[in-house]
Amino acid sequence: MNAMRPERLWRRTVIGIPYFWLLAFFLAPFAIVLRISFSDPIIAQPPFTPLYDPAQGLYLTADNYRFLTEDDLYWVSYLKSIRIAAVSTLLCLLIGYPMAYGIARARGAWRNILLLLVILPFWTSFLLRVYAWMGMLSGHGVLNQALLGMGLIEQPLKILYTDFAVYLGIVYSYLPFMILPLYATLERLDGNLLDAAADLGGRPRQVFFDVTLPVSLPGVVAGGLLVFIPALGEFVIPSLLGGLDTMMIGKTLYDEFFINRDWPLASAVATVLVLILLVPIMLFQRFSQADAGARR
Amino acid sequence: MRRHRTFIFSCLCFGYAFLYIPILAMIAWSFNDSRLMSVWTGFSLRWYQALWQNEQIIDAALLSLRIAFVSATFATLLGTLAALAMARLGRFRGRTAFSGMLAAPLVMPEVITGLSLLMLFVSLQGLLGWPAKRGADTIAIAHITFAMAYVAVVVQARLTAMDRSLEEAAMDLGGRPMGVTLDITLPLIAPAMLSGWLLAFTLSLDDLVIASFVSGPESSTLPMVIYSKVRLGIAPDVNALAAVIVGIVGLGVLAAGWIMLRGAKREGTATTD
Repeated sequence: MNAMRPERLWRRTVIGIPYFWLLAFFLAPFAIVLRISFSDPIIAQPPFTPLYDPAQGLYLTADNYRFLTEDDLYWVSYLKSIRIAAVSTLLCLLIGYPMAYGIARARGAWRNILLLLVILPFWTSFLLRVYAWMGMLSGHGVLNQALLGMGLIEQPLKILYTDFAVYLGIVYSYLPFMILPLYATLERLDGNLLDAAADLGGRPRQVFFDVTLPVSLPGVVAGGLLVFIPALGEFVIPSLLGGLDTMMIGKTLYDEFFINRDWPLASAVATVLVLILLVPIMLFQRFSQADAGARR
Repeated sequence: MRRHRTFIFSCLCFGYAFLYIPILAMIAWSFNDSRLMSVWTGFSLRWYQALWQNEQIIDAALLSLRIAFVSATFATLLGTLAALAMARLGRFRGRTAFSGMLAAPLVMPEVITGLSLLMLFVSLQGLLGWPAKRGADTIAIAHITFAMAYVAVVVQARLTAMDRSLEEAAMDLGGRPMGVTLDITLPLIAPAMLSGWLLAFTLSLDDLVIASFVSGPESSTLPMVIYSKVRLGIAPDVNALAAVIVGIVGLGVLAAGWIMLRGAKREGTATTD
């Protein structure tokens, strides 16, 4: 019995410390946001009505949620964010798949170099990489200069501060998140399997759809979720590259909080966003755990 | 087959051009004498000089480095414990909830994390009087929380891929779990912990949104200062700053890659011997 004690203490410490931290700083904050989303904004510190008031008793209101359904701004923001995130995810897949395939099929040292080149931008500042596109896309920017120089256009195009710039920015920033999980599944694909399929008379297209694609499907899902979920709530990209009409929900929430200073409404916007993301996030968790299990 | 190769090759060229042209263009323009990006008026280091003399940027950079150092260290400790719990301790009560809370911060939009942590800090302040004021401490707590999830992924990947025979042998020889973990497992996962630390460090250094929510009026991190400068358009000294950061990161990654390559070669020769 004595010999068991330090063992159990060790076990409890290893599990307990990170568990407590996540409960306190990840889960509890959501509960508080949920609770604040059912209060009214007031001019006080903190700027929302208390849950329990000795004089009034328990106070909860659904006004914020009612307001979310009444004002078009929020509907438009949610739908537009979902559309932008979905299209960007698809574009990342279309660009990322052949790249991941090419890297996985590259020889020895080349493979490492190509992989490093995908990871490298990830280590440099996200904010500065988005900023770099401001220089690329502005009226006098690199892209307009190039198009003017080639004589393709006569007037500089307005590219910066449009939806197009937001798509570009998201695809650019999240492309590595698509390539890496794809690469991880494609790398495991045995080259012999492909040769065998080809030897048996499979046409390249047939081999791709019957062998390569099914094997890489977990990577497609993982990469897709890694792009789609954060892109849906993206703030930096629409606020730096988007126009006034590029209403994405992350930006709407940020403005609601910092400009209108309506904490309860911002909390309601966040709660609905979490509800939208709940299924994708659970899918993501299942896939990441299944992947860890497969490697075991 | 050949057409297929050409297709893949052009995709790779296009993809890498897409990833690197904006960064390279930004670095090139940081040496432009003109304030505008439309004309090249000559090579100049004036923006680097302006950067060096900008105390607001230097102060913010120092604050960001300090926060990144503290939060990366704690995130590595917590993330490693979490990875050990997931990969080595089998089933325990609440494991599913734990793995969920560990995976969710990886994809959770930053606006949500930032808002909810701020609400937590405000509520705690009302209840306990802590944190008395928001600033470096609250930013560090926020960064630890999301960075530990990344560290856990990196370390857990190493733990599951690793050959367990050494740990099993130590256990068979009568080692206690704690001793085996500290003496055998920890040295083996040290490289993964180091990459986890570096990842947490860069994530912290880079974060704008969460820090904007949970910081106080006196503490502006580097991304917050950069954002306020570029929100309204191009800022040439930010180009110079970007060039400096890309330079440091590039050198660091090259050095790490070289060390890893050398390690892999040595391991390779060791197994063939």
